[in-house]
Amino acid sequence: MKRKLVVIGNGMAGARLVEEILLRGGGERFEIVMFGDEPYGNYNRILLSNVLAGAHDPKDIFINPLRWYEDNHVKLHAGVRVASVDRAARLVHGDNGVVESYDDLVFAMGSSAFVPRMDGIEKNGVFVFRTLDDCDSIIKYTEGRKTAAVIGGGLLGLEAARGLMERGMKVHVVHLMNHLMEVQLDRMAGSILRSTLVRMGLQVHLEKATCEITGNGSVTGLRFKDGGTLDCDMVVISAGIRPNTQLAKEAGLTVARGIVVGDDLATPDDPNVFAIGECSEHDGKTYGLVAPLWDQARVLAERLSARRPQATYHGSKIATKLKVMGVDLAVMGDRESSGPDDEEVTYAEAKRGVYKKVIVRDGRIVGAILLGDPAAAPGLVQAFDRGVEVPDNRAELLFQLDAGAANTTRIEDLPDDTQICNCNGVSKGDILDAVKKGCRSLKVLCDTTRAGMGCGTCKKQVETLLEFGAGDSKVEDPSVHYYVPGVPLPKPDLVEEIRARGLKSVSAVFRELADGKEDPGSKPGLASLLKTLWGKDYVDERDARFINDRVHANIQRDATFSVIPRIYGGVTTADQLRAIADAADKYDAKMVKITGGQRIDLLGIKKEDLPNVWRDLGMPSGHAYSKAFRTCKTCVGSEFCRYGVGHSTELGIKIEERFQGIESPHKMKLATAGCPRNCSEATTKDIGAVAIEGGLWEIYVGGAAGSRVRKGDILCTVGSQEEVLLYTGRFMQYYRENGKYLERTYDFIERVGIDKVRAVVVDDAEGIAERLDAAMQASVDAYVDPWKETPHETQFSESLEPQGQLVQLRTARAVGER
Amino acid sequence: MTTWNLGPVDRIALGEGRAYRAGEHEVAVFRTRTGGLFATQARCPHKQGPLADGIVGAHQVICPLHAYTFDLHTGCPKNGTCEALRTYEVEVNSAGDVLLHL
Ligand SMILES: Cc1cc2nc3c(=O)[nH]c(=O)nc-3n(C[C@H](O)[C@H](O)[C@H](O)COP(=O)(O)OP(=O)(O)OC[C@H]3O[C@@H](n4cnc5c(N)ncnc54)[C@H](O)[C@@H]3O)c2cc1C
Ligand code: SF4
Ligand code: FES
Repeated sequence: MKRKLVVIGNGMAGARLVEEILLRGGGERFEIVMFGDEPYGNYNRILLSNVLAGAHDPKDIFINPLRWYEDNHVKLHAGVRVASVDRAARLVHGDNGVVESYDDLVFAMGSSAFVPRMDGIEKNGVFVFRTLDDCDSIIKYTEGRKTAAVIGGGLLGLEAARGLMERGMKVHVVHLMNHLMEVQLDRMAGSILRSTLVRMGLQVHLEKATCEITGNGSVTGLRFKDGGTLDCDMVVISAGIRPNTQLAKEAGLTVARGIVVGDDLATPDDPNVFAIGECSEHDGKTYGLVAPLWDQARVLAERLSARRPQATYHGSKIATKLKVMGVDLAVMGDRESSGPDDEEVTYAEAKRGVYKKVIVRDGRIVGAILLGDPAAAPGLVQAFDRGVEVPDNRAELLFQLDAGAANTTRIEDLPDDTQICNCNGVSKGDILDAVKKGCRSLKVLCDTTRAGMGCGTCKKQVETLLEFGAGDSKVEDPSVHYYVPGVPLPKPDLVEEIRARGLKSVSAVFRELADGKEDPGSKPGLASLLKTLWGKDYVDERDARFINDRVHANIQRDATFSVIPRIYGGVTTADQLRAIADAADKYDAKMVKITGGQRIDLLGIKKEDLPNVWRDLGMPSGHAYSKAFRTCKTCVGSEFCRYGVGHSTELGIKIEERFQGIESPHKMKLATAGCPRNCSEATTKDIGAVAIEGGLWEIYVGGAAGSRVRKGDILCTVGSQEEVLLYTGRFMQYYRENGKYLERTYDFIERVGIDKVRAVVVDDAEGIAERLDAAMQASVDAYVDPWKETPHETQFSESLEPQGQLVQLRTARAVGER
Repeated sequence: MTTWNLGPVDRIALGEGRAYRAGEHEVAVFRTRTGGLFATQARCPHKQGPLADGIVGAHQVICPLHAYTFDLHTGCPKNGTCEALRTYEVEVNSAGDVLLHL
């Protein structure tokens, strides 16, 4: 029997929670019911400011339309307000008479606009700004009116002011405090922001308490406590928010400022009643931004879906990047220093609207304000999030000291038709459009636009555009932490499950770990991993392989294939060359090319000819098509070269003989060089060995010379070819076990850190060296030349003819007869 | 409607696709691990990739050339920038042969 989960509130937190639960297979465990008193699906509240400003169409801000709920079997009572909760009977009563029982109950009711005490709030033309309906009413009322006042100079008030200005209104912001946005900003920042906004045409009135909204039926102005007045045609009140807690209070739950919850996000009163989002209070804190509620939704989803029933929430470190009326602002942590031991580093340049402040405690950032300088924000946010030690020269925190960076144009400022993805021809406009239409995670955005799906170098820019377009509504696709997107587990957990359950085939993994759903994009990655883990016990399912690995050749743009035989260390013979030339003639190769890895490529071979070409060549496969060890490029080295100090061809041949066909998360290209002149470019290979004077070899790992260029890091220096083979193999195995699918060694090295890799591979800090060596040896032993295996009978057919007497039957009845 | 007998279903390896030439038509037929059989046009509308060489799963096929993905039930692209595939009816008769209705 499924448990029944009822969620009250269908806003940012509630809907997100349900999404996260479904993502984790919670649809199997729960019957899910939601109440939302807004009569819609779920929309992105953050973007309301853009709707008000006319930059977004309301229909573009929907995250989940009503159909989504149907498709996912979530019962949504849209437009129904929960009137009461009967905890004794475990029942939820809707204001339309609907009653739902629950096993687990989540409060996600958000907050309401706080309206300070003043006269005249019932007049026509007075609004709050919280919902799509509010937004709609405000927009309608601006028609034919000229002047608006916004009461409240916080983030929301300023956003409302921006929207109204964009609509051509003259806008006054009336604020009770002595500087703007006092929740996020210190006094200096507030005053610089004020000057910037005033320059943009906003009227700002500080330290004004409004006591009356004047007018006869409709608004005509405001009256302040100090006796002053202001003429205006409409008023938007944005003076703060109050968590919606009434319902919980009436249900007998503990309520302080918000509904109190513990680290398990459950109420102290009932372990099956939870609260998340703005209506909740954790560790004495309530939140008013979305980032913390993403964290809460994730934790609660882990618990409820039983994926990680012990997951806990420990508060959120808030670092937000905001745009206040188009002005960039990043704030994180504390706003003011809290004692003499705190160190404050500030920089102010009022004329350009720039203000930066960092608060350092015990060598770490505990708070920062960054106004008008988006370039410095990402670095600071990262340093804050990760709690890294700050540099001695504190200026490095506030300025991008890299002089080149200052001159580069910001991607946000480029025109819309700028091509961002040069592989797939995707423009900035295309990407922003997709963001507008609801692509909120990098993965979904890339899948949809195809940007970043080629060589991948533009991903960072795509991400910047996503942040620019979606702001805080950006979400991190949980699958970025998974080994493959279709199985919701990070690599170590996945490996553990595969080992524990003895899963030896790709279909078994889907069956046991992904509710039987065979995500096609995840198949090759799983196949590669299983082969690495099980060696010869791996149960091969050919459909899990990419076509290249099914036919052991590389598919070309015209659906023909390329054939590259292995030429160990780039050293060949006249006989081999003759065999290659004959095959090229006989099978009508369209091009014969020397590759960058010192081999010979026959291009334009028909799929059905492939087995015959291999037979005629009589050479083993060069694996030029798979995610595996590819080649070892060599220079002539000491055998002939007058500079050579090491026998690089001999070593290269040994490397190829040993590691041929070894699968890995991505391809591995190696090289050996006979001296530091490095003619074979060994320092920019996944692994490279360079001979140096004294009979030594330097081993480099993580080099790149493709879409990225990176010099490899020295792993170690050794005294013999045998040791090169040993450390090469050990490093490969470590990478095979820990690299993410399609992560090249150079990304792997940067993610894990060369120090860690060296500690494990060279110094055996984890005591696994012996196991790694044994695993590599097993893989080497399990190797068979794929050009010798016998595949499915029709594997190489280009297209099959209909069989038997080619019957063209005219009627459905005739079909059965045959 | 014309019906073609494409021969034994196990000419298509489980979980894979195969291309057939049925008169004028080039058709890709896919046999999923969950027992489904689907037929679509053989060439990808993007740049003529051979769809039968693609990877199949969850009623989708991923084109081998640039990884555009299509729903096998409807032919619709999963990433919005491409035309849909034409789909055809297929079934397996009692003798285990694939029948394609064009
Ligand atoms: C205009 C605007 C701009 C914002 N900009 C930003 C920003 O740039 N960055 C940022 O981080 N945050 C921003 N926020 C704040 C952010 O939107 C909130 O933090 C977030 O929406 C809180 O999510 P929630 O689910 O807790 O509440 P909500 O999103 O408010 O959802 C609660 C839902 O519960 C419903 N509900 C309440 N009571 C009941 C009941 N009894 N029965 C049924 N349903 C009920 C409500 O109608 C509502 O739909 C902005 C907010 C607004 C209004
Ligand atoms: S790297 Fe050194 S040994 Fe090798 S070819 Fe160049 S100069 Fe000669
Ligand atoms: S040809 Fe199919 S994706 Fe390009």
